[in-house]
Amino acid sequence: MSNAAFPHAGHRPFLLRLGPTGTVFVILVPVVAILMVAGNLLLPPSSSFHVPAHVMSLVGKYLCFALLAMSVDLIWGFCGILSLGHGAFFALGGYAMGMHLMRQIGDRGVYSNPLLPDFMVFLDWKELPWYWHGFDNLAFTLLMVLLVPGLLAFVFGWFTFRSRVTGVYFSIISQAMTFALMLAFFRNDMGFGGNNGMTDFKDLLGFDLRSDGMRSALLFSSAIALVAGYLLCRRMVDSKFGRVILAIRDAESRTRFLGYRVEHYKLLVFIVSAMMAGAAGALYTPQVGIINPSEFTPANSIEIVIWVAVGGRGTLVGAALGAVMVNFGKSWFTGALPELWLFLLGGLFVAVTLFFPKGVLGIFGRRLTGWPLSLGMPGRTRPRKPVEDATGD
Amino acid sequence: MIQICQRAIRLLLLLAAILAAGPFSANGARAGAFEDALPVLTGKGFAAVGEAVDALAASGDPRAIPVLEALSDGDLYYRESDKAVFLARKGGEGYLLTDPGTGEAAGTGARGDFQKIKTNNRLRVKIRTALGALGLFSPDPQVRIAAARSLFMDPDPALLPLVDDALSKDDDPGAREALDLARAAILIKAGEASTPADKVAAIRILSQSTSQGARALLGGILLDDGEGSEEVRQAAGKALQQIETRLSRLAFVENVFQGISLGSVLLLAAIGLAITFGVMGVINMAHGEMVMLGAYATYLVQETFRLHAPEALGWSLPIALPFAFLVAGAVGIAMERGVIRFLYGRPLETLLATWGISLVLQQLVRTIFGPTNREVSSPDWMSGTIEVTSGLLFTTNRLWIIAFALIVLFALMAVLRYTAFGLQMRAVTQNRRMANAMGIRSGWVDAFTFGLGSGIAGIAGVALSQIDNVSPNLGQSYIIDSFLVVVFGGVGNLWGTLVGAMSLGIVNKLLEPYSGAVLGKILVLIAVIMFIQKRPKGLFALKGRAVEN
Repeated sequence: MSNAAFPHAGHRPFLLRLGPTGTVFVILVPVVAILMVAGNLLLPPSSSFHVPAHVMSLVGKYLCFALLAMSVDLIWGFCGILSLGHGAFFALGGYAMGMHLMRQIGDRGVYSNPLLPDFMVFLDWKELPWYWHGFDNLAFTLLMVLLVPGLLAFVFGWFTFRSRVTGVYFSIISQAMTFALMLAFFRNDMGFGGNNGMTDFKDLLGFDLRSDGMRSALLFSSAIALVAGYLLCRRMVDSKFGRVILAIRDAESRTRFLGYRVEHYKLLVFIVSAMMAGAAGALYTPQVGIINPSEFTPANSIEIVIWVAVGGRGTLVGAALGAVMVNFGKSWFTGALPELWLFLLGGLFVAVTLFFPKGVLGIFGRRLTGWPLSLGMPGRTRPRKPVEDATGD
Repeated sequence: MIQICQRAIRLLLLLAAILAAGPFSANGARAGAFEDALPVLTGKGFAAVGEAVDALAASGDPRAIPVLEALSDGDLYYRESDKAVFLARKGGEGYLLTDPGTGEAAGTGARGDFQKIKTNNRLRVKIRTALGALGLFSPDPQVRIAAARSLFMDPDPALLPLVDDALSKDDDPGAREALDLARAAILIKAGEASTPADKVAAIRILSQSTSQGARALLGGILLDDGEGSEEVRQAAGKALQQIETRLSRLAFVENVFQGISLGSVLLLAAIGLAITFGVMGVINMAHGEMVMLGAYATYLVQETFRLHAPEALGWSLPIALPFAFLVAGAVGIAMERGVIRFLYGRPLETLLATWGISLVLQQLVRTIFGPTNREVSSPDWMSGTIEVTSGLLFTTNRLWIIAFALIVLFALMAVLRYTAFGLQMRAVTQNRRMANAMGIRSGWVDAFTFGLGSGIAGIAGVALSQIDNVSPNLGQSYIIDSFLVVVFGGVGNLWGTLVGAMSLGIVNKLLEPYSGAVLGKILVLIAVIMFIQKRPKGLFALKGRAVEN
């Protein structure tokens, strides 16, 4: 599958090498976002094309999930590392943003304390914990949104990759990490609001979070972040660096014997991916208006993986598509047939792994455009049929 | 002031009664005292009844116990014609009478002929004390110990002579120990009435104890400014220190026990995983749901018993064991044949597919049984506590679960080692193609191995139903811990699973008092992650080329 996987590789400028799906994605996402913003801000509520506020938040949320799914696809689809800890990076980004929004409330909280958030006053704390300092500054917060998940990914990845923890072992340990963080964030004395997390946000940069203009701005930022994330991932996987990552996924030992420092490559991908997840979380918090420890539940992290699998692993665009599709299904079913949703989600896990390992994009994409859309599909088939493996495309 | 006077009077009365009584019989009863005290009950006013109660207490006669109990319950009457006292219960038209002297039925009587002996609250308190004191002379050592203990908790200086008397008679070591403590408590509480030398001796006795009561008593001495004697204060301080040391040692032992108990729960949950994950290399995220199914199977069996054979309810657990094994095992085999066998060699996909199955199973149970917790009761032989030494209590169901976990572990080892199936299983894991060539149907061995692992998870569910809530989320709380145990202990090694489960359990519980439950758990998680850095293949890694595949 060597060259077929990179039909667009060559010496043309990067943006011209995106291929049909990539080009459509990069153009379509901002266009849709602009149309929605226009539909929300310019059309009167009486118009049938008016986009109501709750749809704006919902789509904004989906876009954050799409970015999150893409970050998981980067590491799972291209590097073969199944991280069950991305929910934690997402939540950490969300918490960093939540801290900023809490500080923005100022003395408008229930207890009117100009410095301390309500939950700290409630716990009878006298001063702001040291790690809350600086979060009143948006630039610092945005830096932390990327740095905190990145740092955790660096420490965690450094230890695990260096001691060659691979495959399911990595998955289990990353899940345990999320679990531990969840337990920690549930504690009141951590200083992150305990059980209830953070909510009742007022405004961002002086604009009311519930205003149409703010919603539109957040939706548009999410769309831009998604496209930027996509371009970043494509840049990474289309380069020589990307080839090495694919090589690590398909034959780690062989790559190591060829002289590549496998751990360093893995670590870099892991950190970038964690930062993307953190950014997605930071955009998510103001749009849903709450962040709490349930974002850390291990089940959430596994669900992200299924978004990627549904859309098509190793396709990036597919991951975004899968995230939107599954979450749309979730919104609809939990409203209409709540009993059925978990059956469906569970069935989806089984069906995708058993019958549609290439996901939606893998099945339909090729038929529609004639291009093999996957950038790096799972190269290995079942080891019980080694012959196929050797002669595969 | 009045109270002291009353106490002094009571004391005098008692002393007089005891002195006048002369030699006691073997169990402390004094011939005639009981019979003498009964008529006093019929006297006018509460004062007379109070006197009678004191006299009954001083008699040390076991027959006085039912009389005092009846008095307290309002079941004691006397016949107006001859002032004879009877225990009476309403029956038919009149009263069913019991003779207090012989304890035998004494026919019936018309209601009009009898007068109830009335009590008030103060009398009831007196009766309770009297009953406690009478217990000191009971023929049953357990009753004597209980009586002495209640005296220890609520020391009444007036009863000192009675305690001394009981001490001089008793030859049961347990009862003597309890009496000694009660005597010490009384001496300390007596204030001016006992000499400093007495108190120091009492403190020395108390220092041997581990009870919270002794601690409170000694602490009371140190806080009490009225206690002038420096000697007593010093002795109390020293004794308090001794007790603290002993208590902290006991707390440590108890934590270790709690740890072993938690470890055996983890072990139960992880043994099945050690088969499916450790031996077969299949990562089964629905393992926790197998445990949950086992717990619900227990619930079903118990409800069936409750409906159709309530007298045999105690047998429901032993019967639930094979049932849970079969249910979970059948689901496991269906999973293996239906899904997992298509995913061998693709562990990450297996993880996702089995996670999906776990969601479906959870929702299925939630749909059938509802989202609320289901009650599974413990049979009699599993409830209660066992006192190892004073102050150290082990709950029986925890002990059962520890024993049960070990039995399951060793039974599984025996199955793997000595049965034909175990042999085939080991053959298939070691060299699948060679096993196939020898005529082993490896596909079915896979299915049954998975069924075995799942069935054991079901059995774990039976045990967990005794200590945890039976809810659709039951399995979720154990799955991550179980994986950590298997990974920590080393994949494919049942001894490793044992050591892993026990060390995680004990470390968890030992950390808890210092760091709190949640932080302790986090520390353990971090420790395991750090440990896996050092030994990625676990504590007991298999060696050789086979492992690499």
